[in-house]
Amino acid sequence: MVEVRLRVNGTAREIDVEPQVSLLDALRERLGMTGTKKGCDQGACGACTVLADGERICSCLALAVQYDGREITTIEGVDHPLQAAFTEHDGFQCGYCTPGQICSAIGMLAEHKAGAPSAVTEELDGDGAELTDDEIRERMSGNLCRCGAYNGIVDAVREVAGP
Amino acid sequence: MRPFAYVSARDVESAVEAVAEHPGARFLGGGTNLVDLMREGVERPRTVVDISRLPLTGIEELPDGGLRIGALVRNSRLAADPLVRSRCPVLAQAVLNGASGQLRNMATVGGNLLQRTRCPYFYDTASRCNKREPGAGCDAMEGFSRSAAVLGTSGECIAAHPSDMCVALAALDAVVEVRSVRGTRRVPFGELHRLPGGTPHIETALDGDELITAVELPPLPLAARSRYRKVRDRASYAFALVSVAAALEVRDGAVADVRLALGGVGAKPWRAHEAEALLRGAPAVEESFRRAADAEFAAAEGRSAPTGMPDSRRAADADGQGARAGNEFKIELGRRTVVAVLRRLADEGSGA
Repeated sequence: MVEVRLRVNGTAREIDVEPQVSLLDALRERLGMTGTKKGCDQGACGACTVLADGERICSCLALAVQYDGREITTIEGVDHPLQAAFTEHDGFQCGYCTPGQICSAIGMLAEHKAGAPSAVTEELDGDGAELTDDEIRERMSGNLCRCGAYNGIVDAVREVAGP
Repeated sequence: MRPFAYVSARDVESAVEAVAEHPGARFLGGGTNLVDLMREGVERPRTVVDISRLPLTGIEELPDGGLRIGALVRNSRLAADPLVRSRCPVLAQAVLNGASGQLRNMATVGGNLLQRTRCPYFYDTASRCNKREPGAGCDAMEGFSRSAAVLGTSGECIAAHPSDMCVALAALDAVVEVRSVRGTRRVPFGELHRLPGGTPHIETALDGDELITAVELPPLPLAARSRYRKVRDRASYAFALVSVAAALEVRDGAVADVRLALGGVGAKPWRAHEAEALLRGAPAVEESFRRAADAEFAAAEGRSAPTGMPDSRRAADADGQGARAGNEFKIELGRRTVVAVLRRLADEGSGA
């Protein structure tokens, strides 16, 4: 067992975990925070996306022991205009991927604001690409939605990103 | 996942000592490949040495104008770096074309160099795989070969190398710095990955206790005019069927210098030396690009039988070299992608 200290949504938490326990399982099974979802458990679907010190990661491929001392934000700690926008624009049907979509979009908007390029950014040495629908789709491609609510998701993200 | 002993390394010395002391131990960086393989039972280390807190996170300019990239620089940070974006756009583009935003925030440069194939038979522990279990056989040979390589394969293994970043590094003549209890050494990128031959389980020239500490890019003004193009089954978040990293300098209508590397088609990140040799000095026109691409893919094509013949009856079976029925489309797709990237570089310049 290894002692791991996390700040989860602003609250200090201490847990003893085996080294093989993922951050996702630590959140869900040890801390009882089931808002973060387990989809593929292999980094392919994005349902488990959380923010670590503000950066989006797949918590299923993260070992909890590697995140000792870090600030973790899960959907339970999110209060963001994206949530209302997803409701407004039908950005989900069953809702299973939504916590990951919201956390991913928050991280993505921060990356874009910091000037990070994407695979569809034409001017790599420019000041930063406008967040077009193509840019949103590329930057959010790590989050799958089996219900196919992608158009609503793009609408919601575009609205919150603003002009 | 099988239980393992966990060691969090404080510094590079203690990391390489810990791995040297525990045979079969593995270094853990971002975890995006190793954790997945451990969960699948493909990797079964008894000890994991966590190197993710080591201070190998810098991107610096070297006195000679080259770049030094720490092994623990995250993929997202590498792709966003202003020096990387302006001096070698092909590298930023290659990284941005790999994985997803979440995974690029986790994955490290060192780990990307050592990521393992995505061949479905390697992942499926119920299948035969010489890479996973030496001598077991290869179910990919007569199986689903869409993702498999067409260049550098052997009768033992036809798995493709999955990395995008490595394709750009192959084109840029990168040098990899590695450290162990025996000291520090530098490995030219072209010598880092091994072809499968009769030992597909041995994938690199590194010993198991050697830690990648940095990647260095020599000064290469040509790299400012470079780009990466990836062709895949989805528009985003999929491994390459074919990818091309290229840098091109045209003077007086002729190719003054060129760097060319291929992904998705090779058993290792594939530097296209043959094509480069044909291109240097040739007129910078489509005909030259096509001839160079043809030459590079000749080894893949020579043995292929007519489409429709079962894989098991194809000449390629004899020694595993060349394309199979399920992936021979990569030959023409690869040629056309090479031509398209060179044409765009000749017409418009770089991706930056």
